[in-house]
Amino acid sequence: MKLSTMRRHVREGTKNIVRNSWMTVASVGAVTTTLVLVGIFLALMFNLNQLAENIENEAQMKVYVERTAEDQDIQALEKQINEISDISEMEFSSKEDELEGLISDMGESGDQWELFEQFNPLNDAFNIKTYEPEQLAGVANQIEQMDNVEEVNYMKDVVDRLIAFNDIARWIGIIFIGALLLTAIFLISNTIKMTIIARQTEIGIMKLVGAKNSFIRWPFFVEGALMGVLGSIIPIAVVAGGYYYLYNQFADEIPIPFFELLPANPFIWQISGILLGIGVVIGIWGSVMSVRKFLRV
Amino acid sequence: MLLIMIEMKNVYKEYSHGVMAVDGLTVNIDAGEFVYIVGASGAGKSSFIKMMYREELATKGEVLIEGKNVTDMKLKDVPFLRRDIGVIFQDFKLLPRLTAFENVAFALEVIEENPKKINKRVLEVLEMVGLKQKARFLPNQLSGGEQQRVAIARAIVNNPKIVIADEPTGNLDPETSWEIMRIFEEINTRGTTIVMATHSQEIVNKLRKRVIAMENGQIVRDEHRGEYGYEA
Ligand SMILES: Nc1ncnc2c1ncn2[C@@H]1O[C@H](COP(=O)(O)OP(=O)(O)O)[C@@H](O)[C@H]1O
Ligand SMILES: [Mg+2]
Repeated sequence: MKLSTMRRHVREGTKNIVRNSWMTVASVGAVTTTLVLVGIFLALMFNLNQLAENIENEAQMKVYVERTAEDQDIQALEKQINEISDISEMEFSSKEDELEGLISDMGESGDQWELFEQFNPLNDAFNIKTYEPEQLAGVANQIEQMDNVEEVNYMKDVVDRLIAFNDIARWIGIIFIGALLLTAIFLISNTIKMTIIARQTEIGIMKLVGAKNSFIRWPFFVEGALMGVLGSIIPIAVVAGGYYYLYNQFADEIPIPFFELLPANPFIWQISGILLGIGVVIGIWGSVMSVRKFLRV
Repeated sequence: MLLIMIEMKNVYKEYSHGVMAVDGLTVNIDAGEFVYIVGASGAGKSSFIKMMYREELATKGEVLIEGKNVTDMKLKDVPFLRRDIGVIFQDFKLLPRLTAFENVAFALEVIEENPKKINKRVLEVLEMVGLKQKARFLPNQLSGGEQQRVAIARAIVNNPKIVIADEPTGNLDPETSWEIMRIFEEINTRGTTIVMATHSQEIVNKLRKRVIAMENGQIVRDEHRGEYGYEA
């Protein structure tokens, strides 16, 4: 496309936006509202996704072996556990390892525990991971039945609830965002329909004197894309700014296990890019719908 | 050698509800000819003309412009067909917010003509239709005849091979009509083929050209240097 042609399309598209001012305000307002909500949902969903990944990577169970168990009992137990097919990783942790871990977890105050090195009150244990966090419950049940097992611990409630919550949140988010996006697309396409109707005479003359169809369509795509861009400015400010603030205030104080906020950098840039992208896409999508339907060229 | 500019072979145009606007029409128009299409309202003149620049598609038959079949032409070729044909209407169809100059320039801008050439060419045609002095006027500051001259300038600014006019003097008084006809004569003298549908008995009878008379979608008379006819 020639530079002069491109300039003309941008000029005409901008003119359409100004000429149709109150329809444009309505559409841009709808895009703004939509994208603010989309942005909040996306921020939530990305973080929930991260949470799911953390659960998947970190969720493990600890099988405490009876203190009375002999070495051969432990070996027998290990063999038995190994036969469970859902297990992806298994690692033996002797009571000495456990104590060491405990002391280092405690940091400074861990020093007092060093006394116990004389008489270690802890159990030998197996650390076990499953392929999927959902498999933890079943595996735990099986192992609890085995001999020489004192306790199986996997934070049952927390893991189960997080998994369920994550699933529900994801679906509600997808449905809600989908509905909002469709509404915004519809409003944009309606605005562009108005522009097309307002410019009917002009379009007729363009066709008559031999303007190419693409030439006639371009200003409407520009108009749609511009509405998308305008509609994404406030959402980017609100979502990126809000996230940045929340991250700096609360990142270290969230008491949910496995949960950590995605670092503000690069996340706010990513989400800004995504919001701008969604704005442009729904803008162009809305104009394509109208151009197809009303611009018989 | 005469070149056939417009060729229609057994052409039918049926609108929805079974209206047969053009009913088996065969005709040749040579390059450089000046042709009147006459006939009562509803005879099919406009439908006949619209098939030439593919505003309407023939239901059956072939429409050829410079040997190219317009009916089965690819959609993306239609704009290029229209660049070879200038069209003028009874109601001028000017853009009200654009000046005379801008209305004419518009036709070149939208076909992506080199911006440097547009200025010069627009002034040339405005001069030819006698409106160079009023280039900056808006349509509502111009008389009907002047508006029609702007429309003619727009139709010929791209040097089309054919000019089609559908009752171009229908809204004008007789004296103004003659000014318009003089411009058509001049365009024709320069070699452009002209097809003009008209109701004006006076024009057809005084400025003698080929006359194609239509009734009920059919050609009932086709005479060189013909007259309007008897029905008036
Ligand atoms: N778009 C259309 N849809 C249906 N009928 C039409 C349409 N255009 C024209 N006609 C009909 O076709 C016939 C011929 O019309 P037209 O070609 O406009 O004749 P003219 O220009 O000689 O007055 C008329 O009966 C008219 O009502
Ligand atoms: Mg007519």
